[in-house]
Amino acid sequence: MLLIECPWCGQRDESEFSPGGEADIARPLQPDQLDDAAWADYLFMRKNTKGWHRELWNHSQGCRQWFGVERHTVTYAIRRSYQLQEDTSPTLTEDEA
Amino acid sequence: MSTGQPYRLERDARVARSRVLNFTFNGQKLTGLEGDTLASALLANGIRLVGRSFKLRRPRGIMAAGAEEANAIMQIGSGDRAIPNPRATQVQLFEGLEARTTKGWPSVKFDLGAINDTVSGVLSAGFYYKTFMYPRRFWDLYERVIRAMAGFGIAPDEADPDEYEQQNIHCDVLVVGAGPSGLMAALSAARSGARVLIADEQNEFGGSLLSAAPGADGDLSGAWLAAQIAELESLENVRILPRTTAFGYFDHNFLTLAERCHDHLPVMQRSGVRERLWRVRAGQVVLAQGAFERPLAFGNNDRPGVMLASAVSTYLNRYAVKAGDRAVVFTNNDSAYQTAIDLHSAGITVVAVIDARSEGPGEIKTIFDALGIPLMAGHVVCDVIGRQAVKGVQVGRRVEGASETDIAMTLRCDLVAVSGGWSPAVHLHSQAGGQLHWDDGLKAFLPKPNDAVHNISVGAGNGIFNLKDCLESGVQAGAVAATRCGFESVEVPLPELKDWTQAPLEALWSVPAAKASGRPPKQFVDFQNDTSVSDIRLAVREGFESVEHVKRYTALGFGTDQGKLGNINGMAILAEALGRAIPEVGTTTFRPAYTPTSFAVCASESVRDLYEPTRTTAMNDWHQAQNAPHEVVGQWLRPWYFPRTGEDMDAAVARECRAARQSVAMMDASTLGKIDVQGPDATEFLNRMYTHDVDQMSIGRCAYGLLLGEDGMVMDDGVMARLGPDHYYLTTTTGGAANVLSWLELWLQTEWPDLKVHLTSLTDQYSTIAVVGPKSRAVLEKLDCSEDLSASAFPFMTVRPATLNGIAVQLFRVSFSGELAFEVNVDSRYAAGLWTAIYEAGGAFDMTPYGTETMHVLRAEKGFVIVGQDTDGSVTPGDLKMGWMLSKNKDFIGRRSLARPDSRRKDRKQLVGLLSVDGRTVLPEGGQITEDAPIVTPMPLLGHVTSSYSSAALGHPIALALLVGGRKRRGDRLLVHSANGEVVPVEVTESVFYDPKGARQNV
Repeated sequence: MLLIECPWCGQRDESEFSPGGEADIARPLQPDQLDDAAWADYLFMRKNTKGWHRELWNHSQGCRQWFGVERHTVTYAIRRSYQLQEDTSPTLTEDEA
Repeated sequence: MSTGQPYRLERDARVARSRVLNFTFNGQKLTGLEGDTLASALLANGIRLVGRSFKLRRPRGIMAAGAEEANAIMQIGSGDRAIPNPRATQVQLFEGLEARTTKGWPSVKFDLGAINDTVSGVLSAGFYYKTFMYPRRFWDLYERVIRAMAGFGIAPDEADPDEYEQQNIHCDVLVVGAGPSGLMAALSAARSGARVLIADEQNEFGGSLLSAAPGADGDLSGAWLAAQIAELESLENVRILPRTTAFGYFDHNFLTLAERCHDHLPVMQRSGVRERLWRVRAGQVVLAQGAFERPLAFGNNDRPGVMLASAVSTYLNRYAVKAGDRAVVFTNNDSAYQTAIDLHSAGITVVAVIDARSEGPGEIKTIFDALGIPLMAGHVVCDVIGRQAVKGVQVGRRVEGASETDIAMTLRCDLVAVSGGWSPAVHLHSQAGGQLHWDDGLKAFLPKPNDAVHNISVGAGNGIFNLKDCLESGVQAGAVAATRCGFESVEVPLPELKDWTQAPLEALWSVPAAKASGRPPKQFVDFQNDTSVSDIRLAVREGFESVEHVKRYTALGFGTDQGKLGNINGMAILAEALGRAIPEVGTTTFRPAYTPTSFAVCASESVRDLYEPTRTTAMNDWHQAQNAPHEVVGQWLRPWYFPRTGEDMDAAVARECRAARQSVAMMDASTLGKIDVQGPDATEFLNRMYTHDVDQMSIGRCAYGLLLGEDGMVMDDGVMARLGPDHYYLTTTTGGAANVLSWLELWLQTEWPDLKVHLTSLTDQYSTIAVVGPKSRAVLEKLDCSEDLSASAFPFMTVRPATLNGIAVQLFRVSFSGELAFEVNVDSRYAAGLWTAIYEAGGAFDMTPYGTETMHVLRAEKGFVIVGQDTDGSVTPGDLKMGWMLSKNKDFIGRRSLARPDSRRKDRKQLVGLLSVDGRTVLPEGGQITEDAPIVTPMPLLGHVTSSYSSAALGHPIALALLVGGRKRRGDRLLVHSANGEVVPVEVTESVFYDPKGARQNV
């Protein structure tokens, strides 16, 4: 069971959280302007990263806040949790991920 | 001594001679001593035959003294507290213990299944795969026979009467194993101030020290050990857990420990919790689980009386039990020499030490030689004489590269103590994701340090087999662990110990068979599963290469010991056969649980009523008083129907439906999810989430609200009410309440944090009473209602704050039945009282409470869908004929996806009504739909029945279904298939069966 740090509540067991998948997927501002392939890319395609992965978690059994986590998909190590508003620029380079 | 235990010796040991315990073995009355395990007590009584092997039914005896025991698998106790399959080596003896063997019929001494052994040439690797495949239709029969033959103990039929609990605990340093290394690690971490938890699976701390020959050089089992334990016990920052197995090591230093609280006590003295699951989150973990001695593979090496050398010493030194009278020691390393010395000093004849190495041992030779025990260096044991017990061994000179061994002599003995070297118990390290590396000197896999996991392996578990070094490694690991947790390490003085120089171990994975005519005897690798050297070689000849495949083909490591005894030998033999290096072949995967762990302790309190939370509404007491059966919806207990005396469900539901359609009825709808939405951007936010034009709702209006996933599929529905300019009240489905709130929060927090909106769940704080039927208005008017309820003043799909009998409510005029109806939303603290008041006010109209079943019939008659019943996550609004609900004036979540080609396919499954052609048959929900054609399987499946009821209002059954291209198929004849093979002809209809124009709700 992962030990996840909620940026508001501190370290808690994974069972208090719900996963939200890959972070940094912005909703297109004008969906109608996208062709089907581009929309499908937003809708379905994920990186399936091997390595450091930025992902969303919700403290669903706690403060109900969504936040970001950098987790390694092989070792499951977590190196960082962050508030979404605080962190506007992804810090992962291709090499890191 | 008259203990009646012929193999018990008069010498100091860790058993209490004055405390004789009575127990039975296969009904035979025996005695043991306090401190015994079941295994040591059996050996003390001279009992050697304790089981039969899994496949060949060969007679087997106790081989080990710990968790690696593969043969002595017992059935303990009887009735509802029976324990199937514990290892006798790990069962603490108690007064009144009843043990039975788990194999052998009619008895363990005379087993009819042993015929398998005489035909064992046929029963080789893959026998079951090769034999029982054909003919295929016979598999049912084969399976029944094989299952009856297989298995060990018998699980009780009755419910477990004992209590189990789980407890969360945090510590800085968790130490697994309380042998010399673990104790030192715990002590050094504890002295630095860290919070320490130390667990050991045995009833006594001490590990390998407990097996040391009393008084021998380096014996720390007396005062020294007691002092260390006493110090740990005295420290407030230390918790010690004997009889506790760390069986699982999961992510981020989360470990699970099973504590056996009272299994070691006589049944009458047991009270409280039987087993406790410790859920540990540790800062650092010190793994000090020791190592397992490996057997050697030679002919008939499974005969009762062949034992691990370390186990022979343990029984001798710890329990004062001799495992035999004339011993042969067979080894490829130095450690077994200690066993020879132990045996000799206990007065047992050591016929010879057979050492496969031509050079013999290291420094220990000085002691050994002084005792005058015969040594045969460069020799091997190649076969064992005796069937149900060892009678002798055949010994020959070891010739490098030879495929056979010339028998040089036969030695008469009744005990063979074997040592093939040691394998560190790397299980937990590996479970945590740690890698292994092969040490070619020790011929063992050792844990690779893994900083990401925050653990340290020490002692024998890290390939350190010298007591002095073990103690030092423990002290060091404890200090490092404590330092990593922010404590300052302190000095821990260690006792003076001699550093023994050992001669290196020599690999001897299997002994070339004795030269003889005929088939050579089996050399066992996995004792429980009868996997032999020849089975592994056969698997390689048949093309298997991967260790994981060979494991599954030969059953190597599949037994209840999970390969603790035989796996490393098996992998080395596989590597030899493949002509590869051992690290290239690698190990199989180590998974929890380390030793068999009861389901009961894993479940702990989460059984029966505590299996999952149940939720009840404020009116639940009233429902129960009416004897309404309930159904579970989400976690809610909802009344299903309200039977009157003598009524069955069908009759009750028909009556309730008639009341709602003809007069007045009421339902507890409190389980609907309720979300309060407030804030200056509430309208904008909801407009982006819901499909309709939220910004065009006036205050006091209600709208049917549809939520889509971004993929355009229907996710949830409910009523949206605008209570004020910046204030909305949403209802959701009963099961979807939490998901909808989380979904709204996701968008609000991640995509549009600029929107000023607050979401608050009111599901529990508000209760909902639906008052339904032509007389519903008249009932509410009798409750001193503050509002004019007339059709013109309070039209359909509006909401008003109101008072009923002076109680503040939100009064909705909405309908899920198609009738004139009101939904009263009230503070849950007033709900039960208001419910009763409404019920009594309706007395004049025969007010009828109804449950979920009637609710379903009423809504199905109207073609109203239930999201999650009539939809399944692949259904668009268009499929439900709800295209009218989609705004064309704005974007909303899911909108773009409705323009995807797939969402516009003509052959999508669409909602239709179905009527059985005979007008009587209620269709099976979930029944598959096909064309009305002769049945030739496979037939194309066109959809399925989603809802099906008997309709009192219509006088015939009705059903809703999802049907391929359904909208164009009105009037078609099709077939519905039930699970039991019945076929019902049906006709496709519109999905609204009753009052299609919706006139009745608009009065």
